[in-house]
Amino acid sequence: MSTLLLLVITGLGLGALYFLVASGLSLIYGLMGVLNFAHGSFLTISAFLGWEVGRRVSDGTWAGLALSALVGMLVGAVVAAATEYLLIRRLYERHIEQALVTVGLALASVALFEGIWGTDPIYTQKPEWLGETTEILGAKIPNDRFLLIACALLVLGGIVLFLQRTRYGLIIRAGVENRSMVTALGIDVRRSFTIVFAIGGAAAGLGGVLASVYYGYVSAHLGSVLLIFAFIVTVIGGLGSLTGAAIASVLVAVLQQFANYYLGGTGDLVVVIALAAVLLVRPRGLMGKAA
Amino acid sequence: MSEPILVVDRLSGRIAGQQVVEDVSFEVPASGVTALLGRNGVGKTSTIKSILGLIERTGEVRLAGTRVDRLPTHRIVQRGVGYVPEDREVFGALTVGENLRLAERDDRPRRELVDRLFPDLVERRAQRAGTLSGGQQQMVSLARALVNENRLLLVDEPTKGLAPRIVDEVAAALAEAARTVPILLVEQNLHVIRALAERVVVLSGGRVVFTGAASDLLDDEDRIQRYLGVHDAAEGQNASEGESR
Amino acid sequence: MNQQRTDAAAPVDAPTRDTTTGPTPPPAASARRPLLLLAGGVALVVLLAILPLLAIDIPGVLPGPTYTPGTLQLLAYAMLIAALALSYRMMFGLAGLLSFGHALFFAAGAYGLGMTLYAFAPVAWPSELIFLGSIAVTLVVGIVLAATVGSLALRVTGISFAMVTLAFAQAGSVLIRRNPGGATGGDEGLSLDIEHVPDALVGVVNTRNLYWLALGVLVFVYLVVLWVERSRAGHVAEAVRENELRVRVIGLRPYTVKLLIFIVASVLAAVAGMGYLLLQSGASPRIATADFTLTLLVIVVLGGVGYRWGAIVGGIVYTLLDQRLTALAGSDFIAGLPAVLRVPLSEPLFILGTLFILVVLFLPGGIAGIPQRIRTGRKQHPVETEEAADA
Ligand SMILES: Nc1ncnc2c1ncn2[C@@H]1O[C@H](COP(=O)(O)OP(=O)(O)OP(=O)(O)O)[C@@H](O)[C@H]1O
Ligand SMILES: [Mg+2]
Repeated sequence: MSTLLLLVITGLGLGALYFLVASGLSLIYGLMGVLNFAHGSFLTISAFLGWEVGRRVSDGTWAGLALSALVGMLVGAVVAAATEYLLIRRLYERHIEQALVTVGLALASVALFEGIWGTDPIYTQKPEWLGETTEILGAKIPNDRFLLIACALLVLGGIVLFLQRTRYGLIIRAGVENRSMVTALGIDVRRSFTIVFAIGGAAAGLGGVLASVYYGYVSAHLGSVLLIFAFIVTVIGGLGSLTGAAIASVLVAVLQQFANYYLGGTGDLVVVIALAAVLLVRPRGLMGKAA
Repeated sequence: MSEPILVVDRLSGRIAGQQVVEDVSFEVPASGVTALLGRNGVGKTSTIKSILGLIERTGEVRLAGTRVDRLPTHRIVQRGVGYVPEDREVFGALTVGENLRLAERDDRPRRELVDRLFPDLVERRAQRAGTLSGGQQQMVSLARALVNENRLLLVDEPTKGLAPRIVDEVAAALAEAARTVPILLVEQNLHVIRALAERVVVLSGGRVVFTGAASDLLDDEDRIQRYLGVHDAAEGQNASEGESR
Repeated sequence: MNQQRTDAAAPVDAPTRDTTTGPTPPPAASARRPLLLLAGGVALVVLLAILPLLAIDIPGVLPGPTYTPGTLQLLAYAMLIAALALSYRMMFGLAGLLSFGHALFFAAGAYGLGMTLYAFAPVAWPSELIFLGSIAVTLVVGIVLAATVGSLALRVTGISFAMVTLAFAQAGSVLIRRNPGGATGGDEGLSLDIEHVPDALVGVVNTRNLYWLALGVLVFVYLVVLWVERSRAGHVAEAVRENELRVRVIGLRPYTVKLLIFIVASVLAAVAGMGYLLLQSGASPRIATADFTLTLLVIVVLGGVGYRWGAIVGGIVYTLLDQRLTALAGSDFIAGLPAVLRVPLSEPLFILGTLFILVVLFLPGGIAGIPQRIRTGRKQHPVETEEAADA
């Protein structure tokens, strides 16, 4: 029982990370049809800069971590918005080229990060409490899992509020469903592209800082690893669906934890098989719009 | 007669690299309903989409004397064009209210007018548009266009697949709208055309084959057969050129 | 990508050949052109074949004269990558299948041959038989793998197809790294068991032979690709890419054709992979990663998706550039620069990635498209017309 609980909560924590990356990916794809390979780089640069600022102010304290998170979100939002504005927009409506540009950006940026911060992981400090465990029903749960879950819930709530309560949110929801009809109502849908990128970037940025807490280090490849799983989550959840991304994040991460524990560390493989299965049975994903 | 609201000059449109509108030229006068007719698949929808820049196009389009064929869709619409697409294209995941709110371009949207024309929608503000009946969806689609002050309405098969009673309702709404704004209407239902249209433009094989007063076409069984009929061996030259079946 | 209206029948009698959509080079100006091209191609192959006997030195491009093992090794590697890129182009450029899993089949060739050689090592057959037998086994494995992955992945299209292929490749990559039963060597990679490999293909002194082998692989892959493209299947695949609906109307099943192309391209990748194993005397898990496939994508786009030889040019330019940039990164010149310049310039992938972005933005036809651009003097975009459909 306690193992089960540990696996579930740990899975939820990992799922929270996946969600922070996948939410942006899914919204961006849903609205713009762009498969954003640079999303991992948004995460990595935010993790690095968040760490650089946080440790200078007060390393390993809550204040330092909060500052890191703020910086991470800001950096993620700015870098993502700039990417959309400077690169993606020039290739308006050419989806393959847009994806290719993000591929180039991902390759170049990871190399740049390696050049600046080196190829080895840099171990990070975190507030003491996050390194400890809390006992729930006999299961010793690492505390950082709670932080991850809480943050992901906040982000989910924030995005939902934004989508439901603002005019831009309305435009984005409509655009995911039928972009050309939005323009046919006289709305410049491109402005919401930048916003979606900024939101996705901010979520990924927060994800970067939290990933450095979860893994205990930052490295140039932090984003690339998470990106592959986020892609899988996005597709399983249904491209363009925020709810789908949330559900799939949890499913994938929990499944991964269970397989790792009970099936001899085969978590990655099981996830891949799950993806293939979902796509074959239901190509549009759990909550995706009909293809 | 005053200057036409819309001038379409040698307009061509392509979808996926394939020509679907060929060198189409016609005008829409500044008042009344102009019907755009032709057999299925002849390119009526594509012509409307080309005017709006929803598909790749070449040629000239002038709205109230100004060229708009280089403008992106949203700019054209902002100049006062209301669009009611074929198959309604309401946002199914959004509520009726949200669909209407999204469409409001003006500072003072004409909500009372919309409520008066489509009382059905008033109590359904919070219902998801995807769960509405086809007729109700068409009202949402019409309401999205009528909520703004427009210089021109482009309306594509508003009665397609609707029950006769709803067809009348839609036609009534269009007739009311036509009192203040010129309409380019694609329509298959001859009754509706008879009731509304003053002028007609007929497409065949992606080209214009007839323009003139509605009565000239509608009172001529032979022309109706030739241009709109289902089977007729004496099909026009242009029609055999490719697109039409 | 393009959502076709399935309820509308497109005209079948008037196929519009669209020159702006790239992939097919403009029709030959005269009947003599194919002959000239053929002669040029043969001359090029002959030149490449005698390169190891010459002492051509191109400072800055090659690490040394052409007869030295180091240079031959690099050139051979470049040719294998070119062959791999060519097979990738056949899927992406010809059939429009954006796969993120092509590395899987390259790795299957390399690891398959390596592992089969180990498996056969204790058997008391003649070495030649074991060597050829291992190649045959690897080919069969490649075909089976390609048929399995292809038939599953092709049930979905567009981005989903890309994702399924990515997922399979990722599974392969994970398996290789996990080193089941010590078979793949895990992160260390797999070294070539030379016991049954012909002596002529072993050791630095024989780099020349390996070079010729690589050239042979490249020519072989080129000919197969050419054959497929000219075949009925190739034409149908091209038509499917342009307009799947139209092909359905004619009454052909795009699925079968796509699957065929997928299998052929994958097996060709496996062939290149076997060459890679012999040339490098081993295989590293890097060649199974998604990054490796992305590199291929970069190569094909860099060279020019619309052109067969674009993939070859891209493969060779990329490999040489990568190697030279790595050499440059370690040079004194770079070390003397201020950090703002030194850090980015000492990362070859940064430069290549940036170059790639610039090509996508400003040089849509890739390197191979440059002559065409100069000739027409127009700014054409290869896939421009495709997008209008989804507006
Ligand atoms: N997305 C698409 N892909 C390929 N061809 C298309 C597409 N949309 C339309 N077409 C083709 O363009 C031509 C014109 O279509 P269009 O929808 O404009 O005709 P229409 O006159 O509006 O027909 P209907 O009366 O049935 O609405 C048809 O031959 C159709 O098959
Ligand atoms: Mg139509």
